[in-house]
Amino acid sequence: MIPSTFSYVQAQSVREAIQLLQESNGEGKLLAGGHSLVPLLKFRLTTPGTLIDIGSVEELRGVGKEENRIVVGALTSYKQILRDPTVSEHLPVLAEAVRQIGDIQIRNRGTIGGNLAHADPAADIPGVALALEALLEIQGEDGAELVEADGFFLGPLVTALPETSILTSVSFLIPPDGAKSTYLKYAHPASGYAVVGVCAIAATDPDGLISYIRIGINGAGDIAYRARSVEDKLLGHSPTPDRIREAAAMAAEEGEMGSDHFASAEYRKHLCTVYTERALRSILL
Amino acid sequence: MASLIGSAVKRKEDPRLLTGNGCFTDDMKLPGMVYASFLRSPHAHAKIARLVVDKASQLPGVIAVFTGQDLADKMTSVPAMWFLPGCDLKPKDRPALAVDKVRYAGEAIAVVVAKDRYIAQDALDLIEVDYEVLPAVVQQEKAMQEGSSLLHDDVPNNLALLWKAGDIPDQVFEEAEVVVKERLYNQRVIPNPMETRGAVAQYNPGGGELTLWCTSQNPHIHRLIYANVLGIPETKLRIIAPDVGGGFGAKIATYTEEAVVACIAREVKKPVKWIEERKEHFMATSHGRDEVLEVELAGTKDGKITALRVTNTANLGAYLSTFGAGCPTIDFGLMVTGAYAIPQAAVVTYGVYTNTTPTDAYRGAGKPEATYQIERAIDLFASKIRMDPVEVRRINFVPKESFPFGNAMGVTYDSGNYQLTLDKALELFDYQAFRNEQEEQRKKGKYLGVGFSTYVELCGFGPSAVAGAIGFQGGVWENSTVRVHPRGTVSVFTGTSPHGQGTATTFAQIVAEKLGIPIEDVELVHGDTQSVSMGWGTYGSRATAVGGAAVSIATDRVIEKARRIAAHELETTLDQVEFINGQFTVKGDLTRCRTFQEIAKSANYAWNLPEGVEPSLEGQSFFDPSNFVYPFGTHICVVEVDEHTGEIEIKRYVAVDDVGRVINPLLAEGQVHGGIAQGVGQALWEGAVYTDQGQLMSGTFMDYTMPKARFFPPIESAFTETLSPVNPLGAKGVGETGTTAAPPAVVNAVMDALQPFGIHNLDMPLTPEKVWRAIRSGRDNG
Repeated sequence: MIPSTFSYVQAQSVREAIQLLQESNGEGKLLAGGHSLVPLLKFRLTTPGTLIDIGSVEELRGVGKEENRIVVGALTSYKQILRDPTVSEHLPVLAEAVRQIGDIQIRNRGTIGGNLAHADPAADIPGVALALEALLEIQGEDGAELVEADGFFLGPLVTALPETSILTSVSFLIPPDGAKSTYLKYAHPASGYAVVGVCAIAATDPDGLISYIRIGINGAGDIAYRARSVEDKLLGHSPTPDRIREAAAMAAEEGEMGSDHFASAEYRKHLCTVYTERALRSILL
Repeated sequence: MASLIGSAVKRKEDPRLLTGNGCFTDDMKLPGMVYASFLRSPHAHAKIARLVVDKASQLPGVIAVFTGQDLADKMTSVPAMWFLPGCDLKPKDRPALAVDKVRYAGEAIAVVVAKDRYIAQDALDLIEVDYEVLPAVVQQEKAMQEGSSLLHDDVPNNLALLWKAGDIPDQVFEEAEVVVKERLYNQRVIPNPMETRGAVAQYNPGGGELTLWCTSQNPHIHRLIYANVLGIPETKLRIIAPDVGGGFGAKIATYTEEAVVACIAREVKKPVKWIEERKEHFMATSHGRDEVLEVELAGTKDGKITALRVTNTANLGAYLSTFGAGCPTIDFGLMVTGAYAIPQAAVVTYGVYTNTTPTDAYRGAGKPEATYQIERAIDLFASKIRMDPVEVRRINFVPKESFPFGNAMGVTYDSGNYQLTLDKALELFDYQAFRNEQEEQRKKGKYLGVGFSTYVELCGFGPSAVAGAIGFQGGVWENSTVRVHPRGTVSVFTGTSPHGQGTATTFAQIVAEKLGIPIEDVELVHGDTQSVSMGWGTYGSRATAVGGAAVSIATDRVIEKARRIAAHELETTLDQVEFINGQFTVKGDLTRCRTFQEIAKSANYAWNLPEGVEPSLEGQSFFDPSNFVYPFGTHICVVEVDEHTGEIEIKRYVAVDDVGRVINPLLAEGQVHGGIAQGVGQALWEGAVYTDQGQLMSGTFMDYTMPKARFFPPIESAFTETLSPVNPLGAKGVGETGTTAAPPAVVNAVMDALQPFGIHNLDMPLTPEKVWRAIRSGRDNG
C-alpha cells in the first residue's frame, strides 16, 4: 500500500496544468480530490511519473446558472454541490445522488470532475450526468470544446478525454418545469459503490401523458448508459403500473452487464429492471 | 459506597485512546530503526525455480535482503502449539520464508530491510522469481480426494488429522421416527481487526537481549514459541504487546513475519519495524472457520431429539497454525449438542491442508460452528415435524435442575438456566404479535421472518490438566499480582493481554471494590513479559473468568496481609478487625480504625510490623480453574427479505445473554453489540472467496464486506445472571456470545421468511443474489 516514486507539481492555472501534462510525456496524472487516484497509487495499479495537483486552481471551482443549464466547475467538491442552493433548486437529483456517494470524508474531498474523468462505472455521477444530458467542457492546447456525456465514457476507467486535456466543468440540463426525478441506488455493501444506480427524470403533460423522460444507469454495466428503450416505451404514454413494468423490463438492453463474485451479469440485469421500475413508480405514480 | 462490580463505569482506556495518545506497535520509533517488507507469492501452489535478489540488494537504501535459505541456520520454522492426540495429526510448520515451494497466495518468500518503507517496497519489485505453477487445491473436500495435488509430500490426501469422538450405531438413525440431515457450510472469514499485525524488534549485541514489540493477544505464548524459534533463552527475549487494536483470535497465533523481524534485527544489528499492510492482512493473517458440517439429527415426532452426529470437514489452510488443530475438533466437537439434553452424539472431524491461508481461532473458535449446526438442525427438525422452533427448544433444553450437566460429548456445563433467557427474550420480543404480523404482511407480499438461537458456549479454558490431556502445549491458568504502593495506589499485573476489551477498567473495578479505594487509584499492567511474570493471554472469553479470578484472589491476599498489620496497629486480634469501605476498624469501636492507605504506608515503611510479617503489601495468585465456564443465552432476529432482489434487512435484534456475573454492564453490552455485528456479518456479508487456482478474490475492503453500523437496527440487549461456580467472581465471559449466537439466528430468520418459497437451507453469507436465485427457483418449483 505504498505508491512507487513519483514527482509532484502544483499547477496554479488550467493553462499551466495543460502545459505540465504536455511536458510529462504521457507520464503525468492530474490530482484533484484524490479519492480514486490515491488508492490506485497505493496498490501500484497506476504508477505515474508526475502528479499534477490542480487542487488550488480556483477557476475550476463553483456552481453557476447559464440559461437552461447549471454549470459545475470540475473541482467542485461533493460537499459544495450538496450545499449549493442553485443545485438544490434546479437539480435536486444531482444532490440526491451526491448525498449517496461514499461517506462524509469522501464527500468533503471528492470532486465531480474527478468522478467523471475517472469513469468508474460503479460511481454515482455518470448515470445522473447522462440523464441530465451533461456537457463536459474539455480544455486542451487548442482551446476548449464541449463533449456530450453520452459518448464520453468508453469503458471502465476509460474516457474520450485526451491525454493532455483537462475536464474543466460540466453543465447539466435543467429538467422541464414540473419534472420529477430520483436516483435509486443498490449499494455494494462493502464499497458503497453502485451495483445498480438508476437516475430517472420524468414529466407529464396536462393530459397525464409522459412528455419528458430520461433514464441513466450506472453500476450495472461496463459503462454508464442511457436506457433509451425504457424511455421510448414510456414517452407519450400514460404511466400505468403495467406500462412502467413493461418498460422497466428493458432497462438492461443498452448495457453491457458487468460481473463479479458479488453480483453476476444476470443478477445485475435483473436489478436494473427492478430498480428502474421502482424509480419510475416513485416519480410517476 | 455503591458497588463498583456491576456498575457501568466508563472505560479508563478511552480518554487516552480517543485523543490519539495510545501507543500501538506502529507508534514505536527507535533510533536507527529500519524497515522490513515481505515479498509474497502471487501463486497458491508453485515451485520456486529461481529466486535472485541481487538487484534488490543493490538498490540504494537497501540494507539487506534475506531468503528462506539465508535464514535456514538463523531460525527455525514456526510450529503450532496444539498437538491433539489420537487423531494421527501431521503437523506442518509455517516455514520462516518459503524455500523451494509456496503453498498459498501471499506466503512470504523473501524479506527486504531498507532505510524506509518506500525503498523496501521498491526493492520488492526488483527481486526476480521464477515459479513453476502447480495445480492448487482450495476446497477441503476436493483436497481430500484421491489424486489431488499434494501440499506436503508426506501427508497423503492432504489429511492433517482425523478425529473421532463418540459412536452411534447406524441403527439409531435407521429406527428413529424422524431424521433430518443437512450439509451446512460455515464459511471462511477474514478477521480484519482495525490494527493489522506488526512488529518492531531491537537486539542488543552486547548482552544478546532481544525485545520484540508485536501485536499479540498473548505475549507470553509468543515468548514461549519464539524463544525456541530464534534460539534465545526466555530470559533474554522480551515480548511487549503495547496497545493492540483488536485481534478476534488472529493475534493469538505465532507467525513467521514477527519471528523473521526479530531474527533479522539480530542480523542487521539495527531495530527493524514491519507493519502489515491491509492487503497483506487479507492474505497472510490467519483466517477463521471454513468448515463443512454434515449434520444428522434423530428425534421423535413429538419433538424430542434422541441422537446427533456430525462430520466436520475443516479447511486448515496450507500449514498447521497455532490453535489450528483444536478449533474444528475440541472447540467444535465437545459442544455439538448445544443447550440440549441429547442422549447420544458423535463427531468426526477431518482436518485438511489446502492451498489457502492457514486458519485458526476466530472469535468463538469452533463454538460458533457447533452452535450453527445444532441451531440450524433444530429449526430443520421443527419444520419437519411441524412444530414451533421455540417449542422444540423448550422440550430439549437441559433443565435447570440438571446442572452441573454432563453432555453427551463428555464435558460438564458448570451452571445454566436456558429457559430463563428464552423467557426473558420472548417477553422483550412478543412472539405471538410477531407471528400475527408476519401473516398479515405475507398477504401483502412482504416477507418477514424470525430466527432463534439458544446457544451455549465453552469458554475460559481450564484446568491446565485438561489442556495437557488434549495436547495443548501450554497451561491455561492465569496469573495476577496486586502490588500496593506506599501511598495506597495499586498496580495490578495480569497475564491476560487485553487488546480492546476494556480490561483495565473491569479489573480495576474488581480491585477498587474489594479494597474500598477509588478506581482511579488502580492501574492495570499487562502485555509485557518483563513486567508480568507469566500468563496465557486473552482469548476464548477467558480474561475475566480466569484472569479476573486471579486478580480477585490476589486482592484477597492483600487484604489478608493488611488485616494482620491493622490488627497489630490497632492492638487487637485478627478476628476483631473488620474491613469495610477501605477502613480497618475494631468491631464495636469505630473510633479505632486505619485506612487502607495508612496500612499501605505501614506495610511499605515496615517501621512496626507484626512478628513474622515481611515488609511490603502485595498479593499474588496463580489461578487454575477447575472447569470451563459455559455462557448461554437467547438471540432473536427479525428480518425482511425483498422477494424481488433478495436483499435482507435486519428489522429487530433481541439478545438476552447470561455471562454469569456482569462486572460492567456498559462494557458487556459493548461486547454483545460488537459480537452480534460480527456474527451477522458472517451470516449476511463476510466470506473469503478464492478462485479454483487459489487466488483470493475478496482481498480488499472494496469486495470483502465488513458489517457497518448503518446495517443494523438498535440492538436490544439484556442480561440474566446465573453465576458460575468455578471462579470466585461467578463470571463466565462475554466476548464471543455474539459471533456464536448470531449466525444461526439470522439464517433461521431468513429461512423462516423464505418458508413460503419452499426454501429450507442456504449457505452463508446470504448474499442478495443467492437469496434471489433461491426464491426464483422456489417459484419455478411451484
